[in-house]
Amino acid sequence: MKAKVYITLKPGLLDAQGKTVKSALASLGFKGVSDVRMGKYIELELNGAKAASTKKNVERMCEQLLANPIVENYRVEVVGKRAE
Amino acid sequence: MKFGVVVFPGSNCDQDCVHVLRDVLEQPTVALWHQDTGLRGCDAVVLPGGFSYGDYLRSGAIAHLAPIMGAIKRFAQDGGLVIGICNGFQILLESGLLPGAMLRNTGLRFICRSVTMRVERADTPFTNRFQPGQIVRMPIAHNEGRYTADAKTLRDVGDQVVFRYCDGDGRLADAANPNGSVGAIAGLANRAGNVMGMMPHPERASEALLGSEDGRLVFESMIEALVKS
Repeated sequence: MKAKVYITLKPGLLDAQGKTVKSALASLGFKGVSDVRMGKYIELELNGAKAASTKKNVERMCEQLLANPIVENYRVEVVGKRAE
Repeated sequence: MKFGVVVFPGSNCDQDCVHVLRDVLEQPTVALWHQDTGLRGCDAVVLPGGFSYGDYLRSGAIAHLAPIMGAIKRFAQDGGLVIGICNGFQILLESGLLPGAMLRNTGLRFICRSVTMRVERADTPFTNRFQPGQIVRMPIAHNEGRYTADAKTLRDVGDQVVFRYCDGDGRLADAANPNGSVGAIAGLANRAGNVMGMMPHPERASEALLGSEDGRLVFESMIEALVKS
């Protein structure tokens, strides 16, 4: 099965990169983009285990390494679940 | 006093630190490899600048899991002197030895230039050779130097700030804050005072030939603190 991890900067923290991308989009003529937030996307291929415990396990990975909980939020999706 | 300078894959300021400690200040100095599990009897540890592990994931995120970091955490908990410079500061934050985190500079640029800072604390083992409020000049060279922390942490660490970016007259101003750090924080110590991280490079400002000798006082302070203890 596969875990998809989305890591984003916490709301309220200035995302300088997102702000720059936003103004670049405006310079291309795209209207109506009120905010851009940049983040990271990580895919993990996982062997065995059940979806529920896998999700918990990946969340522990986020807490300890994949994200920095001081400045980042994370969201985990487990796909390709095995029959439990 | 024996100094240990840690070398991670991607460190690039380690030899500058070794040079200042060994050649300029004449202290026994060894390079400690990231795979080492002991500190070889060092009295103080330097985590140098650079791009440990290519800054993969986040600056310092992989380095803080290196085998040597276990020994450094125990050493710090026992009161040993640990200084993290630039990437070393980022590693100390990722390891939890110092509170807070680093984000990309507000201007999104890698900034490599000299900055002025105000000495906020001259009573730490890293700054006892400075005067309180002294304005010092050292170079910075980083892309992720915007210090941040939540409001509670910031209140808690208020009196642990060692250096703040300032203008030439010692005033805090947005124009004098190169990376957008909250509170213009350039250097921060832990509560006990034996661990400090700073983004500017004291080792690049330790000889008159290089334009400033202010940085040497950081290492001289450490030597003085070690001699006294």
